[in-house]
Amino acid sequence: MAAFGIATGGSNWFSALALGVTLLKCLLIPTYHSTDFEVHRNWLAITHSLPISQWYYEATSEWTLDYPPFFAWFEYALSHVAKYFDQEMLNVRNLNYSSSRTLLFQRFSVIFTDALFVYAVHECCKCIDGKKAGKELTEKPKFILSALLLWNFGLLIVDHIHFQYNGFLSGLMLLSIARFFQKRHMEGAFLFAVLLHFKHIYLYVAPAYGVYLLRSYCFTANKQDGSIRWNSFSFVRLISLGLIVFLVSALSLGPFLALNQLPQVFSRLFPFKRGLCHAYWAPNFWALYSALDKVLSVIGLNDKWFSSAVPTHSPSLSDSLGHLYLHSDCHVGPRGFLRCLILCALSSFMFGWHVHEKAILLAVLPMSLLSVGKAVDASIFLILTTTGHYSLFPLLFTAPELPIKIILMLLFTIYSISSLKTLFRKEKPLFNWMETFYLLGLGPLEVFCEFVFPFTSWNLKYPFIPLLLTSVYCAVGITYAWLKLYVSVLIDPPVGKTKKQ
Amino acid sequence: MFGDYEAQRHWQEITFNLPIKQWYFNSSDNNLQYWGLDYPPLTAYHSFLCAYVAKFINPDWIALHSSRGYESQAHKLFMRATVLIADLLIYIPAVVLYCCCLKEISTKKKIATALCILLYPGLILIDYGHFQYNSVSLGFALWGILGVSYDWDLLGSLAFCLAINYKQMELYHSLPFFCFLLGKCFKKGLKGKGLVLLIKLACTVVASFILCWLPFFTEREQTLQVLRRLFPVDRGLFEDKVANIWCSFSVFFKIRDILPHHIQIMISFCFTFLSLLPACIKLTLHPSPKGFRFTLVSCALSFFLFSFQVHEKSILLVSLPVCLVLSEIPFMSTWFLLVSTFSMLPLLLKDELLMPSVVTVMAFFIACATSFSIFEKTSEEELQLKCFSTSVRKYFTCFTFLPRIIQHLFLMSVITMILLTTMTVTLDPPQKLPDLFAVLVCFVSCLHFLFFLVYFTIIIMWDSKTGRSQKKIS
Repeated sequence: MAAFGIATGGSNWFSALALGVTLLKCLLIPTYHSTDFEVHRNWLAITHSLPISQWYYEATSEWTLDYPPFFAWFEYALSHVAKYFDQEMLNVRNLNYSSSRTLLFQRFSVIFTDALFVYAVHECCKCIDGKKAGKELTEKPKFILSALLLWNFGLLIVDHIHFQYNGFLSGLMLLSIARFFQKRHMEGAFLFAVLLHFKHIYLYVAPAYGVYLLRSYCFTANKQDGSIRWNSFSFVRLISLGLIVFLVSALSLGPFLALNQLPQVFSRLFPFKRGLCHAYWAPNFWALYSALDKVLSVIGLNDKWFSSAVPTHSPSLSDSLGHLYLHSDCHVGPRGFLRCLILCALSSFMFGWHVHEKAILLAVLPMSLLSVGKAVDASIFLILTTTGHYSLFPLLFTAPELPIKIILMLLFTIYSISSLKTLFRKEKPLFNWMETFYLLGLGPLEVFCEFVFPFTSWNLKYPFIPLLLTSVYCAVGITYAWLKLYVSVLIDPPVGKTKKQ
Repeated sequence: MFGDYEAQRHWQEITFNLPIKQWYFNSSDNNLQYWGLDYPPLTAYHSFLCAYVAKFINPDWIALHSSRGYESQAHKLFMRATVLIADLLIYIPAVVLYCCCLKEISTKKKIATALCILLYPGLILIDYGHFQYNSVSLGFALWGILGVSYDWDLLGSLAFCLAINYKQMELYHSLPFFCFLLGKCFKKGLKGKGLVLLIKLACTVVASFILCWLPFFTEREQTLQVLRRLFPVDRGLFEDKVANIWCSFSVFFKIRDILPHHIQIMISFCFTFLSLLPACIKLTLHPSPKGFRFTLVSCALSFFLFSFQVHEKSILLVSLPVCLVLSEIPFMSTWFLLVSTFSMLPLLLKDELLMPSVVTVMAFFIACATSFSIFEKTSEEELQLKCFSTSVRKYFTCFTFLPRIIQHLFLMSVITMILLTTMTVTLDPPQKLPDLFAVLVCFVSCLHFLFFLVYFTIIIMWDSKTGRSQKKIS
């Protein structure tokens, strides 16, 4: 009895947090799911019933396989468990099949694979120093970070309501970051290579990895002042990194190379025929651009050259080149790498091609790691997260999900703001009056879009207005956070080797 | 879902479209066989208020006759929102205030207690899953308990009268209130302040009843009809499977068919009052807030086990007082609250609430286990059985094994509950006994409840002077 008592005692807060959020995920099983549910069911069917040579050619359903091969193998593995739940879901012709057993299996697969995310969070907590820790458990940075990551609102609603597998993918990314903090660079590189072949959206942050590994791993030593010692370049390390990437890619793309299907695979992975903006505008630069365009066209000032001056490539490459210059000169360490990664992710979100608003999670999750370190980062994190999470609201447009999303968002926002404020209470306030005003403005915006607008007459004539307002309002916030982060990277010296843990 | 959800929607339809005089009567517009009103007037007024809001949003929801069986996502959201609003306005503030006023425990423990009480699975599942407004009546009762415990007697009795006028099942709690207040009057002296208090209380009760029943007091027939709807004595000793004595007894001895109707009523009356009399007499003679809480538990449990026409949802009336003593005897309270949720298993399975039940029970158990460290609090003193054990040891010196017995019983109980739940969900019952699992669940729960009745009665009877003299010493 006593042993049982110790096991359930209050000492193991991490398990309590993880278990609590898992129970919450179980409660979200019967909620609304988007077409992504059918997408993954279709992929289960394709990988289970068809030979490899047909995986990237199959087009019975409109939701064709457009993730890299490792994800296809992942679905293949899942399908072998799926056949014990409901054999019918593995039939390619069963479009939109969603029996209760299918739903149960798919939802449980997301919950189960989140175990990797939980492990990654556990590893990340080890990388956080507890210098600022108070005696109280709930004021320790480790606790706050665990809560912010495990109970992240965006991840919860995108993965467990909208239906996606971002949990374990983000887990892989966070794990590779943690490995870099723990100076296990080879493992980190391997994990990231694997991640790239699961979901190619992580190419957005690949420059950060490339630059960091080159700078901090291939150059084995620094001069006294921290700049590069050019003669310490280690070819062995460079070759071994290259070997890792090559082997992983070979494992992933090898079979398709042998089948001469590489062009088809790449055309599926990078569909450039789609437009600049998605059906719902992600709150990035292009949203502001398009809004301005529309406003100008309504006013009548629209010139042809304005809308044709759209660049057709993502400028994140220029970002990373800039970082290359930055990092060659300054102290660099895992923390600097993290900043670079977040900046890459955010910049790609801001200017990328056909960006989905879910991509904001790519920046939000790593930012949590920085937020418990410095007050400036906490402030940027809170603005980015609150605005980013609010921009996900249009994903859940059904009536039953309305109270869920509002209550969960309020809980997470209130917790994140109050815990970070308590952590940094000895420094200057996190927000200035402008930022406070902006964040508070989200409340009336939500009330207007969801409760007032549907009852007005404009609902029939201009039904896109709530989406437009949400997108533009959030774009302002996210742009502001991006600029602030950029400025803080340029001005402050990144925490490098001088501050040992 | 043609159950309580449709009943509540129908009541909104009736109260909005028909004049008050017709609410409780059978007519062409109001078919009492189809979910007729069988709660006191306050429920009817609440439905009327909700109907007003519904009319503003979408009149189709409460259109007379044509809205029967209406179900849409927006309507569901509206109905669930009404439960949430009632919860937020009445029940949750009462719980928070109760926990704030607890004495001799730290702020962290107070917050933990409030969290555990609010996480109680039974109320959440019945109110939000099955669909009812128990939080309103339980909330009012809790305000009443708060008022009376902290010497705001008039407000407390007013709140409790509102509770009774919302759901007549709150009468389960009425005896302890009566005895406690009577005891207070006796203490103050019947010749002076006591008599004044008694008269004031009587006036408050009468006034609140008149206020609630005003439209129905105009004619004798109205009052009688409402009473007939509230207390259907024509129905039998029990309906469906419920975890009380009569249902369990009828497994062996078909009491319903053998004994005539009025004998059944007499037996049930006698047993109920015999089991709760000691505690009530003790409360009248020595009124104290602690005794009041425990008497509420034992009274409500006696009524549940022995009374007439009990529904399985009535266990919530026992669960509320048990939640209030959570901070005093965490181990036994948590055990009881788990069993009470388990006893409603057949009902929850009928509503397809298996996953939410499992999740909320696990969340509640983890919350209680971590907040109160319940497994370390199984000593005699923690279980408040010290006085009892000392008395028994005068006759049986070897009576030292009580904590160990209780721990083993707890383990067996949890294993049995998990086993029965798994069996009910996965296996099909044999053809000859289609209700096998439901009856087993009720029988097992009934045994548990009898055990708890004995336990709580022991605490009440043995609490007394030793307890108070210890306090005087310390």
